[in-house]
Amino acid sequence: MNGGISGWYRSGAPWIWLNAAAVAACLAMVFGLLLLLGARGLGHFWPKPVLQANYLAMDPPVTVIGEIADSETVDAGQLQFSVAGAPLSGDRIERQLLKLGNRDITGNDFAWILPSLLDEVEYPERLVTLERREWGNFYGFLSGILQNGEPVAAPPEDAGALWSELQQRLDRARQLRDEIEQIERSIIADINFGMEGLRLQEMRLLELNRQIQRDSAIFRVAGGAEVELPVADIVRAYRPNAMSRFEAMETYLARLFEFLTDDPRESNTEGGLLPAIYGTAMMVLLMSVLVTPLGVVAAVYLSEYAPKGWLTHVIRISVNNLAGVPSIVYGMFGLGFFIYLAGGEIDRLFYSESLPAPTFGTPGLLWASLTLALLTLPVVIVATEEGLANIPASLREGSLALGATKFETLWRVILPLARPSMLTGLILAVARAAGEVAPLMLVGVVKLAPALPLDTEFPYLHLEQQFMHLGYYVYDLATQSPNVEAAMPQAFAAAFLLVAVVAALNLSAVIMRGRLRERYKALDTGSWS
Amino acid sequence: MNREYEAAGQAAAAVEALVEPEPCLEVRNLSLHYAKIRQALNKIRLTIPRQRVTALIGPSGCGKTSLLRCFNRLNDLVDDCVVTGRIRLEGKNIYSSKIDVTELRRRVGMVFQKPNPFPKSIYENVAFGLRIRGINSRRRLDEIVQESLEAAALWDEVKDRLHRSALELSGGQQQRLVIARTLAVEPEVLLLDESASALDPISTLKIEELITELKKNYTIVIVTHNLQQAARVSDYTAFMYMGNMVEFDTTARIFTNPVKRQTEDYITGRYG
Repeated sequence: MNGGISGWYRSGAPWIWLNAAAVAACLAMVFGLLLLLGARGLGHFWPKPVLQANYLAMDPPVTVIGEIADSETVDAGQLQFSVAGAPLSGDRIERQLLKLGNRDITGNDFAWILPSLLDEVEYPERLVTLERREWGNFYGFLSGILQNGEPVAAPPEDAGALWSELQQRLDRARQLRDEIEQIERSIIADINFGMEGLRLQEMRLLELNRQIQRDSAIFRVAGGAEVELPVADIVRAYRPNAMSRFEAMETYLARLFEFLTDDPRESNTEGGLLPAIYGTAMMVLLMSVLVTPLGVVAAVYLSEYAPKGWLTHVIRISVNNLAGVPSIVYGMFGLGFFIYLAGGEIDRLFYSESLPAPTFGTPGLLWASLTLALLTLPVVIVATEEGLANIPASLREGSLALGATKFETLWRVILPLARPSMLTGLILAVARAAGEVAPLMLVGVVKLAPALPLDTEFPYLHLEQQFMHLGYYVYDLATQSPNVEAAMPQAFAAAFLLVAVVAALNLSAVIMRGRLRERYKALDTGSWS
Repeated sequence: MNREYEAAGQAAAAVEALVEPEPCLEVRNLSLHYAKIRQALNKIRLTIPRQRVTALIGPSGCGKTSLLRCFNRLNDLVDDCVVTGRIRLEGKNIYSSKIDVTELRRRVGMVFQKPNPFPKSIYENVAFGLRIRGINSRRRLDEIVQESLEAAALWDEVKDRLHRSALELSGGQQQRLVIARTLAVEPEVLLLDESASALDPISTLKIEELITELKKNYTIVIVTHNLQQAARVSDYTAFMYMGNMVEFDTTARIFTNPVKRQTEDYITGRYG
């Protein structure tokens, strides 16, 4: 009865496409994640070919040996200062990062080159790559072996014999090295460490015993006798009768207030942690805005529209499995995909005037939020799907029997009812995101960033800015602080705050789920004979 | 035969004598399979007269509800449900590809066994069907909501709490609210699927009175397990057994003088 656009809209087709697109986006990100990690992670161990060539940029041309580590296409103008022999004009050219190795001889082991200036490129079979304990990789040709400073009998012109001679000696050296390390590490190190500790402790003990005996106090007891007590024996002294409750409380509250509202001092070990609270809140908020629509829409598609086949089943299993991926993996993905790929593109398109200094191609609030949104996506999807599945079939049928389309039924009856479960999912997601540290270290959190990501300066919300985070603050205080003793109480206070926030969020999710169940008790499930 | 049945039959015969009914729904050669294996309906042939109450009776699993859900194509929602044959509503095949299913469902309203009001206010429950049809004028909505609730004999009980949750109503009131919700979109046919079976006797009586009242304007098909109810409210009765249409006739004849042995056995309670 409805034709054209309005009929198309009423049928819910745009909605279905939107839903499918959301699922596709989720899948694309998941596969991107796997692909990136697979290619970068596993490719690292593959031996790369080493080239030898004449590089014409110098006069006279020099011979270079190395492996191609990376290549990219950049504006020619940008290269003038970084690559020797770069042309002054022309727009976009390819440059390659050549890993030269031999850092101990040449000083630096990487160089940008222009592939067009390479001449007589060859890959000689006799070229040797050495992985060394110090100074990184080494590239060169084997031309002789010495034993105790004397040349070894093998003729230097017979490359094959020389090479197998080297292999044997490498094996010998490896065995000896193992033995040395064994002794150094486990036996001598332990004893040395213990002896040093013992010596210090003994000295300290003597000193302490002498010092602690210095003071003593005289008290008069009931009955008038005076008693001398060494101060060393006293754990705590106070005059409870003189201190008013108000005074005690005042001191306590003043310190608490400073803790919640001040900027950190003395490399985070004193002062407050307002920027960390603020940064955590902003990140979680932004994450919620990103994850809710995507997660809900994907869940709706999976449970309402997706055909019930093996593919849907596999997608659902994948989504559930995503929840179990270690968070640091998401951090790696965020760094590789969001920051380097997406951020780099944004910089190239919109901020090219400030290149090579990155604007978005560097860790920041937006990327941290996106990474965490991806991390918490499964939670939202699973909770929403559960909520949708709990809605009685009789309500669906009632709506459809009145002439509502599937989309109208979903929009007007099902989704409003599923709202509490979506909220539950979101709160669980927020709780998880607020407590996450590992991925954030890669995608935007820093030790100190007093500038708040939301302030009164245009454009108010600074998506590209790095920020502080409670979890990272705790990590930093506990492990990276120059003065661990001083930092410890502060770290505990921050950790307590973090735990309290997460616990409160989880508790509210539990309560909300309880309410939701009560609500369904009032509705009977549909039945048909 | 039971005295009550005879009285009912005579009353129905009297009505029938006055007006010759026209066909509203014509079922021809209708078969229905679930998942290609289980046959729920087998070549049903049935003509449901306009502005009469037709009762579908039969033992559990005989296909009454399956048949009822064919009339508004609610079976479309069931995976692997295959329907062959034809059902004509006012002469048009509702299984034709040209039919707009949502429009069909508006014309053929359905009330379920258990009340299923939406978890919204009483007012919004009745207005639901109107809103999805794009009627949003407050005045017009008020008018139709009142008319519908009056037609469902619920207005006097709820007029002071239209904006309270529908879930606060009793089961019988909820069921009448669902009827009002269905009437609000001006259907031509009303399908009642054991709609009084989950209610107490007084609520059941109210629903039955309502059915008798509504048949002046609507064609009504009810599915019921309650034979007395079928005898009390229906003009025509169809007896089904194992997916087959065994016998269809005026209620008077089915209950007093059935042709088939199976029908008689069921009526007299020998099986079912």
